[in-house]
Amino acid sequence: MTFIPKPKVRHPSLPRNALGLTRRDYEGVLSTLCAGCGHDSITAALTEAIWGLSLEPQNIAKLSGIGCSSKTTAYFVGGAHGFNSVHGRMPAIAMGANAANRKLSYIGVSGDGDTLSIGLGQFCHAIRRNLNMLYVIENNGVYGLTKGQFSASADVGTKAKKGEQNQQPPIDPVLLAMSLGASFVARSFSGDKQQLVPLIQAGLSHRGFALIDVLSPCVTFNDHEGSTKSYAYTREHYEPVVNADFVPFEREIVADYAAGESLPVMMHDGSRVLLRKFAHDYDPTDRVAASAFIQERQKQGEYLTGLLYIDESQPEFHDVNGTPDEPLNSLPFAALSPGSQGLRKILSRYR
Amino acid sequence: MPPTDTSHPDYFHRVVDCQWACPAHTDVPEYIRLIAQGRFTDAYMVNRESNVFPGILGRVCDRPCEPACRRGRVEDKPVAICRLKRVAADHKDEFHDQLPPVPREKNGKRIACIGAGPVSLTVANDLLPLGYQVTIFEQFGEPGGLMRTNIPSFRLPQAVLDEEIGAIVGMGAELKLNHPVKSLRELLGRGGFDAVFVGSGAPKGKELKLPGREEGAANIHIGIDWLESVAFGHLKAIGREVLIIGVGNTAMDCCRTSLRLGAAHVKVMARKPRQFFKASAWELDDAEEENVEIIVNRSPKQFVIEHGKLKGMLFDVMEYDIDARGRITAERVAGEEFLPADDVILAIGQENAFPWIERDLGIEFDKWSVPKVDATTFQSTRPEVFFGGDAAFGPKNIIWAVEHGHQAAISIHRHCQGVAVTERLAPGVNLQSRKMGMHEWSYKNDYNPVERRLMPHVSLKERFKKLNIEVELGFTAEQAAAEVQRCLNCDIQTVFEAKLCIECDACIDICPTDCLTITADGDEADLRTRLRAPATNLEQALYVSAPLKQTGRVMVKDEDLCVHCGLCAERCPTAAWDMQKSYVAWPHAKDQPAKCQPSLPKIA
Ligand SMILES: Cc1cc2nc3c(=O)[nH]c(=O)nc-3n(C[C@H](O)[C@H](O)[C@H](O)COP(=O)(O)OP(=O)(O)OC[C@H]3O[C@@H](n4cnc5c(N)ncnc54)[C@H](O)[C@@H]3O)c2cc1C
Ligand SMILES: Cc1ncc(C[n+]2csc(CCOP(=O)(O)OP(=O)(O)O)c2C)c(N)n1
Ligand code: SF4
Ligand code: SF4
Ligand code: SF4
Ligand SMILES: [Mg+2]
Repeated sequence: MTFIPKPKVRHPSLPRNALGLTRRDYEGVLSTLCAGCGHDSITAALTEAIWGLSLEPQNIAKLSGIGCSSKTTAYFVGGAHGFNSVHGRMPAIAMGANAANRKLSYIGVSGDGDTLSIGLGQFCHAIRRNLNMLYVIENNGVYGLTKGQFSASADVGTKAKKGEQNQQPPIDPVLLAMSLGASFVARSFSGDKQQLVPLIQAGLSHRGFALIDVLSPCVTFNDHEGSTKSYAYTREHYEPVVNADFVPFEREIVADYAAGESLPVMMHDGSRVLLRKFAHDYDPTDRVAASAFIQERQKQGEYLTGLLYIDESQPEFHDVNGTPDEPLNSLPFAALSPGSQGLRKILSRYR
Repeated sequence: MPPTDTSHPDYFHRVVDCQWACPAHTDVPEYIRLIAQGRFTDAYMVNRESNVFPGILGRVCDRPCEPACRRGRVEDKPVAICRLKRVAADHKDEFHDQLPPVPREKNGKRIACIGAGPVSLTVANDLLPLGYQVTIFEQFGEPGGLMRTNIPSFRLPQAVLDEEIGAIVGMGAELKLNHPVKSLRELLGRGGFDAVFVGSGAPKGKELKLPGREEGAANIHIGIDWLESVAFGHLKAIGREVLIIGVGNTAMDCCRTSLRLGAAHVKVMARKPRQFFKASAWELDDAEEENVEIIVNRSPKQFVIEHGKLKGMLFDVMEYDIDARGRITAERVAGEEFLPADDVILAIGQENAFPWIERDLGIEFDKWSVPKVDATTFQSTRPEVFFGGDAAFGPKNIIWAVEHGHQAAISIHRHCQGVAVTERLAPGVNLQSRKMGMHEWSYKNDYNPVERRLMPHVSLKERFKKLNIEVELGFTAEQAAAEVQRCLNCDIQTVFEAKLCIECDACIDICPTDCLTITADGDEADLRTRLRAPATNLEQALYVSAPLKQTGRVMVKDEDLCVHCGLCAERCPTAAWDMQKSYVAWPHAKDQPAKCQPSLPKIA
């Protein structure tokens, strides 16, 4: 962290988005994380991505649980709505908020502990419901906030700072999400904004649950030799397989890709995601084959990164439940309350 | 790009824009921090080391530092560097005990300086502490040169001149007033001087030879001569209607002085449109505040004389075609205009003139009668004769005269000690970390958004009552306290150690002005297009690191808009960035290597 807030002064020629705002206008309060924490970089990527989409701050809801990662929702888009839930319970809060108001962009930020240890059940059910939200795991393999105990994402054999080795097998959020039927699954690295920023934009444009598992080194408790989640180790073992170039809907696709290497995906809001493949035989629309490929490479010690799986056709929570289009708080009282007559009718169904 | 060689003394010096732009390389951010701490005398002495006349320059310096100031690029107004110099001078305590000590026993070498302007005074200032005996010959009864005779006392009070000139004379310079040097041959022939320094200025005001010039002579004045007569009290009045020809700084002093001698309407006549004016913006503002009218596109044609007396002037009304780059591509006369005038003052430039230097002394002159002077050593073609100030390369300003004086003093010193004047000590830079603790720096790194303070002036009603009422009042304590916080501490450098960086991006993300980028290497033109924010200011350097350990990419810093907040260094988990104060060692005569130092006798 730093002790003085980032001053408001900015580069005079910073670009402006469709709302006339610079990315500086999408910042939040001063980060209190350790200097060099991967989470701060993800915050910067989120800031950049949201600015690039020209989202209006008041139309964003940020949600999180507990942990260093979960603190970061305070550090971007100061003007957005926010909720810090109890540990591991962010999906429930997101569910409730989203059910009541489907018009907001929901951004959940969680940790590997918050999601895969205490919050695993909640996480799974949010995926099952295909809740329309972006869910970012800031994955460092430890409980950073409580001083570096192994989390459920720690690899077998990885060493803690004091030398002890982890013995329990990790839960991989990507494979878990694929098996639970997730409609958008991605992995990235806090140190690769070129990959991460468009992934976040694609995730926010996706209708349904968009998971991005971001490897995010904990400089203080998990950046030593012997750790499989350090900056150096991650850089050696991460392998981009499908990068996603985000193309806002008003813009033409101009990039020139070799045939067969790029695959445009039309998103629900009219924007497009251009999938750029690095591995010829990888198919990010084939759930079974993609899962197999990821596991194959994982055995060889490689983390595949990029937009690993996408299915734009899956119905999201509101489609399935036939909920009204408008937020509940904008519906007339009569539509929300059945009245005493109506209530009696409903109750009579159960007599 | 090859990694930037920050060990080259120019690299970090250039980052301190003001210091780099100052001809005398004044350590501006250092003195501003000292003012912020209330250490006015120390701030004054830091100034004096480089610019010798902080009280004078704090009022009338041409301030090339201010347009260069980084704050002016980050916001729109630079730090009021010059005004703060005056704050140091106005609030200093006794400082004479901190002047360099002068040895009682002399080194046996005698130097003659011709003219007692700022350049000669600087030569004396630098050579006296080394044991030289310096004699200054001045034609007038008072020292100071144009600072005394031409810069009006409502801008530069006599007392300020007296104090700062007094400090140098007090170091033991022999000042021979009312001593015009009429023949250099005679002075050189007299013997006894090991070197002669010519600091006689550029005393000849340019003429405007137009019809009517001779008949109207009684009411047509050469600006610098006229100001001199006013300064010495020989002239106390002027007509009601006054025209000033020319729109440089001399014109500004002539128009404002006219108002104080009784003129009712003063018009400054400019040949070209405003963007071509030579006068500094603040001098124009000050004149216009006093209701001086500035009229553009009027080219003088004729002095109009009636019954043997000046009646006014005839002007061609000019029209110009100006291209997209702001240059004049064509001009034509669109008409004629007569303006009545009781007096006309010509302020169209000055030249140096040396009627008293014989042309057979081995001192070569070019075809315009300008002496051939080496731009680094200030030596003429006769080895023991040196030139500096306005006398060397034509009219400049005080701060240039001071720097010429420093450089000439080095040459004179080396010449007298029998070592080559050309093998001068090179400038250097020392760096010292400002880290005090985890997030603690021994400078105030927080960016203060306060705006530039405005100089308070004596009211328009009061200021004309006497010729010598100083118009600028100086900053109040509150203004000074606010203004010092605007300085960005550009001398607290961001120093990078590539081998420590783990490429976590923390510095990139926190930098408020998007100066930093980690990216694949490339040539400079290419790199400039691939940074977090466009690096379009080609005058400002890019720092490029050695390849980083993990990915082989490079750290690139665009120096242009760094506000030296130190957040990169605070955020860096490995201290790959550090904030270090740069001391620019700009050598003076006293710093020359030992082999050229005279064996110095006891200090008095
Ligand atoms: C009207 C006016 C306003 C100015 N305002 C500013 C300003 O605001 N800020 C700024 O920085 N600069 C200003 N300048 C310029 C500045 O004053 C000069 O550049 C500076 O004084 C030059 O210093 P110098 O020592 O080279 O020469 P000078 O100051 O000209 O000193 C030369 C001295 O030599 C003496 N001398 C000449 N010949 C002989 C001789 N043969 N024997 C003995 N003595 C001799 C002269 O009497 C004079 O005292 C102004 C100039 C003018 C004309
Ligand atoms: C119910 C509950 N149990 C335990 C804790 C203690 N606790 C706080 S943060 C945390 C782990 C956070 O780990 P992670 O989500 O990976 O976040 P990180 O700090 O690593 O970013 C734990 C166990 C708690 N706050 N609440
Ligand atoms: S403890 Fe680790 S996770 Fe928490 S702020 Fe520090 S570096 Fe980041
Ligand atoms: S000191 Fe560092 S963080 Fe601050 S502006 Fe300069 S490069 Fe950016
Ligand atoms: S904060 Fe330090 S370690 Fe991190 S990228 Fe910047 S210089 Fe490198
Ligand atoms: Mg964690």
